[in-house]
Amino acid sequence: MQRIGVFVCWCGSNIAATVDVNAVSEALSHEPGVVYSINYQYMCSEAGQNLIKDAIREKKLTGVVICSCSPRMHEATFLKAAAAAGLNPYMVEIANIREQCSWIHKDMPTATEKAIILGRAAIAKVQLNTPLTAGESPVTKRALVIGGGIAGIQTALDIAEAGFEVDIVEKQPTIGGKMTQLDKTFPTLDCAACILTPKMVDCAQNENINIYAYSEVAEVKGFVGNFTVKIRKKARYVDETKCTGCGLCTEKCPQKKVPNEFNLGMDTRRAIYIPFAQAVPKIATIDPDYCNMLKNGKCGVCAKVCTAGAINYKQQDEIIEREYGAIVVATGYNPIKLDNFDEYSYSQSNDVVTPLEFERLMNAAGPTNGVLLRPSDGKHPHTIVFVQCVGSRDTSGCGKPYCSKICCMYTAKHAMLTREKYPDTDVYVFYIDVRTPGKSFDEFYRRAVEEYGVHYIKGMVGKVTPRADGKLSVQASDLIANE
Amino acid sequence: MVFSYYPGCTLKNKAQDLDMYARRCAEVLGFTLEELPQWQCCGGAYSMAQDEIASKLAAVRALNSAKEQDRTLVTLCSACHNVLKQANHDMKENEEFSQKANNYMKLAQPYLGETKVLHYLEVLRDVIGFDEVKKHVKNPLTGKRIGAYYGCLLLRPGKVLQMDNPENPKIMEDLIRALGAEPVIYASRNECCGGYVTMEDKNLARKKSTAVMQNAAEMKADLLVTACPLCLYNLKKNTPEEGRLPVLYFTELLAEALGVKE
Amino acid sequence: MSKYDKEQVLCSSGVNVLKCMRCGKCSATCPSYDEMEYHPHEFVYMVEKGQIDKLMASPSIYKCLSCYACVERCPRGVEPAKLVEALRLLVIRQQGQNHLKADDIPALLDEDLPQQAIVTALRKYSK
Repeated sequence: MQRIGVFVCWCGSNIAATVDVNAVSEALSHEPGVVYSINYQYMCSEAGQNLIKDAIREKKLTGVVICSCSPRMHEATFLKAAAAAGLNPYMVEIANIREQCSWIHKDMPTATEKAIILGRAAIAKVQLNTPLTAGESPVTKRALVIGGGIAGIQTALDIAEAGFEVDIVEKQPTIGGKMTQLDKTFPTLDCAACILTPKMVDCAQNENINIYAYSEVAEVKGFVGNFTVKIRKKARYVDETKCTGCGLCTEKCPQKKVPNEFNLGMDTRRAIYIPFAQAVPKIATIDPDYCNMLKNGKCGVCAKVCTAGAINYKQQDEIIEREYGAIVVATGYNPIKLDNFDEYSYSQSNDVVTPLEFERLMNAAGPTNGVLLRPSDGKHPHTIVFVQCVGSRDTSGCGKPYCSKICCMYTAKHAMLTREKYPDTDVYVFYIDVRTPGKSFDEFYRRAVEEYGVHYIKGMVGKVTPRADGKLSVQASDLIANE
Repeated sequence: MVFSYYPGCTLKNKAQDLDMYARRCAEVLGFTLEELPQWQCCGGAYSMAQDEIASKLAAVRALNSAKEQDRTLVTLCSACHNVLKQANHDMKENEEFSQKANNYMKLAQPYLGETKVLHYLEVLRDVIGFDEVKKHVKNPLTGKRIGAYYGCLLLRPGKVLQMDNPENPKIMEDLIRALGAEPVIYASRNECCGGYVTMEDKNLARKKSTAVMQNAAEMKADLLVTACPLCLYNLKKNTPEEGRLPVLYFTELLAEALGVKE
Repeated sequence: MSKYDKEQVLCSSGVNVLKCMRCGKCSATCPSYDEMEYHPHEFVYMVEKGQIDKLMASPSIYKCLSCYACVERCPRGVEPAKLVEALRLLVIRQQGQNHLKADDIPALLDEDLPQQAIVTALRKYSK
């Protein structure tokens, strides 16, 4: 037969104002197995804990029930106290008479009755407890990072520095993510590639890091500390152990009209390609949707010119199974699709661009070699209008209800970079609010207004009408001037 | 295939061609438009106020009439389409309105939005299919650059009308392609022509219609097609003569392509 | 004190003016912007502040084309056109306050004017 002690906490007035704590400790003292039952103002305090410890020793208790706040608050505290007094901590049970009783009821008699029932349940459970020893479960000392963008790369580097093995799985042929497409970063206007590419190389050279590029996670099984993951390595049709990244195949491939995703479709690439010059790993990939050899069995030019004999049209996808202790998901973001927002005429004019497309136009390695030109006719734009909040803060169902947080900042960046390079170009930003959360962020946007003369106008854009002469007519209202 | 048909007052009067061509084309394409036995003018505009009941009853009666024949209700006029679909939506979703309307009308059975309402264009797209329409084309309109003018009442409010993407519609352009012509996309195709304001402020109507016409013309359209008698009127009468493109009902275009115009 | 209060307008229109985030897209997209004394975004704001009389007295309420552009494009689903209509109804529902009277019509007719125009104008401008 157990010797159980019951400790009912007042929790100041949190419990005691709604539950008659005296009645509870009195009622519970009559439960079978209970040899000691008291109540006290703050059980979690040092004095309270000492009451428990003393009782364990003096009354030779084999089990303890604490009627108090949620175990989420103080389970650890009470278990430690019991252990310190020589009682196996797993012989302690907690009845939550605060969050599940005094905080959700108003009527004292009913609340007290409920508290007593909760106490009795805890006592009944302790009767069935046996002393336990905390065990250890092995953890696979390898992490998986899903997504090889800057977040994934930095995570992998941090984990590797801490001394653990880490694998990166990235669905594109190269790691780097969206940051490879950016020109500069805010608020420092650092060159994005200068920050990113050394880190990409670090990942490749770090002994603890293993990169699975052009791969996707096919299946995850297991539990925390012991995951088994199947990774699908997609077929590049190029042997990565042989390819040196020389790029000759990409120059000779006859299929030239493939839209180049790296430049968001603003120019073309070949069917066999390396996404950009600083790709890691620098291995060519064949796009099976456009390769004549893979689709129709005709061609084979790349295999002929490759001096390393790396082309393998018969290559298959490979499934690799590995074990990991932890998985980090760093899959990144995408700009919203503009199908629901064609009042801005994105589908009607090439001169209406998304912010990522704008970055590519500004970037020296982009489709216009860093000269800001209108995609439609290659002319220099004399006015640029930035339309904010498209699809954001939208509860009507067309877009997303949240604010995307980064757009006010990157727009200020775009505006300043434009004005810096082309002082003759007028820049307008139509906003609802300007949100600059971060250190030096507001100062950054103020520079755009005060130093660079960017016109910030409060009022969203209503409609963009492409005109026959190639110009875009933008209709908006200025809420402050009311015009 | 028989549909209940709600012509609307204007199609019986100033816009008879919209109706006549539609019926001829329907014959060719294998469906019949059977006019409702009794109907009243829909009112031209749907009253947006929650406490307007009486002005919407004509539409509800038309919907109920179609329900009694267990048929889908088809209409041609953009305005009637707008009123019927909005009334239908409110009878289905707005309990207070539905109750009041039903209590007043004392129909044999309460009407709760059971009827399906389709615009003639939706019949072409969803029931017949544009591929099928193409098969019946005798005089393909090759070489013609045609601008579709939607106006506002055909597409908005998008959630209720569910006709097409209100900012990037394709239904009329797909029809134009099926007829062998080249559709011209211009941003003002879903901007208001002015509508009824021609009775109140002619200048405003002129301003709006002219903007539409100029945009279509600068994008090199040869002519415009529309489904709304009021839009046709505004585009024809409230635009400067110079630079004015011919404006037709889409049914007239359809009839020409199917060889049943004369 | 306003003879008519904000509650009547809100009830009649079914609009929740608190949803508005003052983005201005409704006014930016309104085809009648230049002809209006008060613009759609101002309607929303002024109704919230209870300035009903001012709005009812303004000719702007007759410039709305009921084109639903503001309804369609508002990111918050505020539906300013419904407010304009509710205010207009408050005016024309009063005795003798029809904006368009039957006697006015013959002067406005021409041989091509479709019935639709007359009926819709009457629906919007008179009771």
